[in-house]
Amino acid sequence: MALIWQESRIVAAAPETPRVRRLTLAVGWDRPFRAGQHVDVRLTAPDGYQAQRSYSIASSPTRPEAIDLLIERLDDGEVSGFFSDVAEPGDAIELRGPIGGAFVWEPAQGGPLLLVGGGSGVVPLLAMLRHRAEAAPDVPALLLYSARTAADVIARDELIRRDSGEPGFGLRLALTREPGGRRIDAARIGESLAALGAPAHTFVCGSNPFVSAVSDLLVDAGVPAATIRTERFGGETP
Amino acid sequence: MVTRGFTGRRPPRPEAERLPPGQYLTEDFPVLQLGPTPRIDPARWSFTLREGSKPLKSWTWAEFEALPRTRWKGDIHCVTKWSKFDTAWEGVTIDDLLAAAGIAAPTAYLLAEGYDDYTTNVPVADLTEGKAMVATRYAGEPITPDHGGPARLLVPHLYFWKSAKWVKGLRFTKVDEAGFWELRGYHMYGDPWREQRFTGD
Repeated sequence: MALIWQESRIVAAAPETPRVRRLTLAVGWDRPFRAGQHVDVRLTAPDGYQAQRSYSIASSPTRPEAIDLLIERLDDGEVSGFFSDVAEPGDAIELRGPIGGAFVWEPAQGGPLLLVGGGSGVVPLLAMLRHRAEAAPDVPALLLYSARTAADVIARDELIRRDSGEPGFGLRLALTREPGGRRIDAARIGESLAALGAPAHTFVCGSNPFVSAVSDLLVDAGVPAATIRTERFGGETP
Repeated sequence: MVTRGFTGRRPPRPEAERLPPGQYLTEDFPVLQLGPTPRIDPARWSFTLREGSKPLKSWTWAEFEALPRTRWKGDIHCVTKWSKFDTAWEGVTIDDLLAAAGIAAPTAYLLAEGYDDYTTNVPVADLTEGKAMVATRYAGEPITPDHGGPARLLVPHLYFWKSAKWVKGLRFTKVDEAGFWELRGYHMYGDPWREQRFTGD
């Protein structure tokens, strides 16, 4: 099946954290997307110059007609700067997707489900835990999420509400730049595995060094490598 | 379609001419892989040429390191849109591998196979005549595990998912069989200059 470029309309925009903006785009795809997948976007200047980037989908596949992208402003970011400062509801953006067939979770895969995110690497994991809550609330799931400060936690209110309100879902925050803050280490991985039980599927997303460190810790803790899926992006470590 | 309010930041001309469509230049070396980096003991490493399931020739690490070596320097392009210029690799060309095995390629296609069970398909014609190697050194040093060490395929004229990390062998196939990503919607050939990212591109 070919992936064709389509014009998508921005239907809503709102700040998510001081550095992250949420854009909701209407899509008319001929196939459902799966939690964890991403889209490619293509911006075109008046002289024909184009820039492309990939962004993970944050919203649940249970709302197929629109997707949320959470775009972190990167220092000097050519495309993230445009989405942070210029793009507004009503604008049309060229987009194609859904893309990716390895870093995906569907309710039929079951659990327990261990999600480990660093910084904006939490975005595809949000799609998974949102889909789980709607379609498979009996699947045990735990999100271990490393961010710099409490203000940088994407979807913080929602995650705290799910943690207290959803049996079977647990949230563990690792705030690296708060007083007494700690990184994800072997002890933190061990606590999460003890709370969740042996995960059937583990998804790790974040910066390159974050994903390398976390996947090594998981393998050291006895999680079978074949059950761990990773996705990485450039940029700073939280 | 012009995007309202987007002006963009064009790379300088010599850089722009080296970038395939839709790519941008990166100075660091991003890592992309399906899962954790496999832990490979060089004492148990081997590299095998197969025709279907039949082994044709196998090398231990010591034997592989004794094969003729070739250096290559140039640009690489990842389907996730980064390109990196002037990367320097050293390894054994596929021509030298076939010569050392004393065989000609038995079919026109193959699947590169990784220790992580990753596979990717490449036509043999895109690997021979100096176009590809099994690389064991990057920038003068052994390739680190995150970048596919101890040995990875290097097919720099195709998108970099074709350059399988942690490669353990090449399996010749009668027909062009799809590998891991090719089964999941990515292009069977993957020429960055024709922007062959996905099926149908």
